[in-house]
Amino acid sequence: MKEITFTLNGEVRTFRIEPDETLIDLLRRNQLTGTKRGCDTGMCGSCAVIMDGRAVNACILYAFQVEGRTIETIEGVGDFDRPHPLQTALADAGAVQCGFCTPGMVMTAKALLDQQPNATETEIKKHLDGNLCRCTGYVKILDAVIQCAAPGTEEEAS
Amino acid sequence: MSKRKFSVVNQPLRKIDAMSLALGKPSYVGDLKPADALVIKMLGSPHAHARITSIDVSAAEAMPGVKAVLHHGNVPRIVHTTAGQGYPEPSPYDTFMFDNKVRFVGDRVAAVAAESEKIAKAALKAIRVEYEVLEPVFRIQDAMKDGAPVIHDEPEAKAVIPVPYDKDRNMAAKVDMEIGDFERGMAEADETIDYPFYNHYAQHCPIEPHVSMAWLDREDRIIITTSTQVPFHCRRIVAQTLGIPVQRIRVIKPRIGGGFGAKQEIILEDVVAMMALRTRRPVYWEYTREEEFVAARTRHPMLMRLRMGAKRDGTITAVGLDATSNTGWNGSQGLTVVCNSGSKMLPLYKCDHIHFLGMAVYTNLPAGGAYRGYGATQSAFAYESAMDEMAEKIGMDPLEFRSRNHIRSGDTSPVFRALGEGREGVDQAITSCELARCIKAGAKAIGWRKRKPHTEKTGRYRRGIGMACLMQGSAIPEIDMGAATLKMNEDGSFNLLMGATDLGTGSDTVLAQIAAEQLGTRLDKIIVYSSDTDMTPFDVGAYASSTTYLSGQAVLDVARKVRKQILQVGADMLDCSVRELTIADGVVMRKDGSEQVTFSEIALHSMYSANQFQIGDISSKIVHHSPPPFAAHFADVEVDTMTGQVRVIKYVAAADCGTPIHPRLAEGQVEGAVMNGICYALTEEYLFNPQGRMTNGNFGDYKLYTTSDLPEMETILVPSYEKTGPYGAKSIAEIGINGPLPAIANAIYNACGVRLRSGPFTAEKIWRSLQAGGEIPFEEGH
Repeated sequence: MKEITFTLNGEVRTFRIEPDETLIDLLRRNQLTGTKRGCDTGMCGSCAVIMDGRAVNACILYAFQVEGRTIETIEGVGDFDRPHPLQTALADAGAVQCGFCTPGMVMTAKALLDQQPNATETEIKKHLDGNLCRCTGYVKILDAVIQCAAPGTEEEAS
Repeated sequence: MSKRKFSVVNQPLRKIDAMSLALGKPSYVGDLKPADALVIKMLGSPHAHARITSIDVSAAEAMPGVKAVLHHGNVPRIVHTTAGQGYPEPSPYDTFMFDNKVRFVGDRVAAVAAESEKIAKAALKAIRVEYEVLEPVFRIQDAMKDGAPVIHDEPEAKAVIPVPYDKDRNMAAKVDMEIGDFERGMAEADETIDYPFYNHYAQHCPIEPHVSMAWLDREDRIIITTSTQVPFHCRRIVAQTLGIPVQRIRVIKPRIGGGFGAKQEIILEDVVAMMALRTRRPVYWEYTREEEFVAARTRHPMLMRLRMGAKRDGTITAVGLDATSNTGWNGSQGLTVVCNSGSKMLPLYKCDHIHFLGMAVYTNLPAGGAYRGYGATQSAFAYESAMDEMAEKIGMDPLEFRSRNHIRSGDTSPVFRALGEGREGVDQAITSCELARCIKAGAKAIGWRKRKPHTEKTGRYRRGIGMACLMQGSAIPEIDMGAATLKMNEDGSFNLLMGATDLGTGSDTVLAQIAAEQLGTRLDKIIVYSSDTDMTPFDVGAYASSTTYLSGQAVLDVARKVRKQILQVGADMLDCSVRELTIADGVVMRKDGSEQVTFSEIALHSMYSANQFQIGDISSKIVHHSPPPFAAHFADVEVDTMTGQVRVIKYVAAADCGTPIHPRLAEGQVEGAVMNGICYALTEEYLFNPQGRMTNGNFGDYKLYTTSDLPEMETILVPSYEKTGPYGAKSIAEIGINGPLPAIANAIYNACGVRLRSGPFTAEKIWRSLQAGGEIPFEEGH
């Protein structure tokens, strides 16, 4: 057992971990079950969390690797009384079918839009391509995320 | 067109669980796992076909933290099927919790329950097994040969309904049907074709793999929480497999992370229940992705032979379809999937002389099961490819050839009666069919008019357009039953308790819309609970495109009864007759507007004031028809003739699902099914080594489409009104997956003259076909 400290959803937290424990296991055994396990090999994106501003797969990250980092999970993004605009847009677009990929989609899209609020459709498609969804065919997910990207403005004008 | 104006049905409302799922609230089996649950891991067979001559688990059992080890020597040996179907099941009984024989690489050998995954995995390594390795058989043709290794040589294996079953010849199912005189129809034709096709292995790939857990409650009952499409079949089959009463089991289905048919099987639940009994602790078992590919279920690969005769005027004189599936190591859904290859495509075009021969054959590969499309995906590829080939032979535009022949409202087909699901079907006339409008709308969207034959195309990159027409069904008539309970609360809200199983499709929302529409209230007044075998009435579960059409009728019926009760209490309170009353937006009012009472006042009155009773009721429904949804699909592709790479540029799916109860969710069903169909056609395939081990069971080597691969997608809902359905609805969930294989194959042919008869349509296959002048013979994959 080893102790690590990192910022989790805005709070500095200390956890005792196994040396070979993955971040997803650490999160899920601490009731942060919004981070989903779809493949455990970093290939489906269901476990995406945001680490220091970048979307990463929690299933292929060892817990010890997040020492001193800032981690944001779906639980820190929104709630019923204050959903993130991406969550509202996905829900309203009909982009949530089984919903198992949705938290990962939210985290991956949020990481992009936090950095690039005006991301283009092409950038969004490229950025989300590590997140698998088997229900929607991605059509309505993209609709929702594109809608959340502020319309291309100053840079593109004239 | 919709014949009525609706206030809740057919409206773009938010799916009722969408926000909680987007927020990541604990919803799925894995989110509900107790902290003290033991973890189960399974030792899989390294051999495709072998007998276990000895097994020694003593070292594993002695390891600290190991709480139980199960294997064939210490569990009941009760033959059953893993197929979650009606009773008695049309699938053969050929499976045991554990057997002394293994039949595919990955088959169950022994299960460990331990305090942690790490301990469980270490314990698996400590189990000593000796095998007598037997000759395996992988291909359909090989399994059917005289003297082939017999996969189910155990005496218990049997069919439980009167259908052909010959385990000594590896034949899990057979159906043979003729309408008219097929040979005569072929003789009457001006042109005939006779072509083979092969549909390859694929997996549903729900993003949540199979996962189940179980514990004993204080009354010693087994509580199973599981990701299932069939909670009631699950309860029945687990009781059977453990040899315990149904009464002792409760199955709870929380949210499901995708199913697509894969979870219409009892795959984990028998073991978690047994382990809970053995350890008296909560136990949890979740498949790895690799186990999901290998040990869950797959689409049945099928070898097909399609024969067709037609006259030059476009009349189809004969159709013959031979479909033989590789059902793998068990016969789950083998008979019914192959039956549907016939029954869900052969009625599509009018023809007097039809022959259908369906078979399911055991091999030592992963087992087929229910998979969206359920046999129709396979036959649509053969039939719709052949329609294009015949159209070319008789010199007719393929759209025109289809339009001349397809079934229409008012028509019937002898196939409906001749072929059911493992038994005779049910006569039905088509009462809602907007296929002609689907074809028209789709053709316009894809630009069919500018389509030219491949012979007029030159250059490295060649565009092509192809189409396919499709039908499916809506529930299994005279067999499947759905039921719903509805009760009113004192604030005017309602509990809708259903066995119907939302597997992510949004059926909870759709069914709540039907209830709200009938009751005259808002969607957010309906609290949905599905499904729980202790709490909700029976429903066969989510399969056969049944939930909206079948369970929807049960919901509509119970809502009608409850509406009557509400009106009666309202009449008592307002001292008038029911006939003077109407309902709007949760308020009962006199038609002249003079007086009103709210739902809340009515519920409070019925609970506390006078003639007290619980406003509420229960309804059950079976259906007598299975009205098909129809669709026309169009693909616009580009082939790079230098590399053979094909790219789908645009895909148009026009579908008639009757009244779309929730248009956005109906579109979502089409889009998801089409995307699944596109990557099945282009990239998804199982690779096996010569010993029968799958070598690409992960999302890196088994390619699903992502956002970067997405073509332009256009979905067109063409409403009809199916008078037997709730508010005019038919099904929509499955049909969309059947189009991409044939539509893309036809588009590739139209682009470059290459005819592909087996998927996936890889660059290599297209390039080699181009080099060979248009076609290469295919081999049955394994």
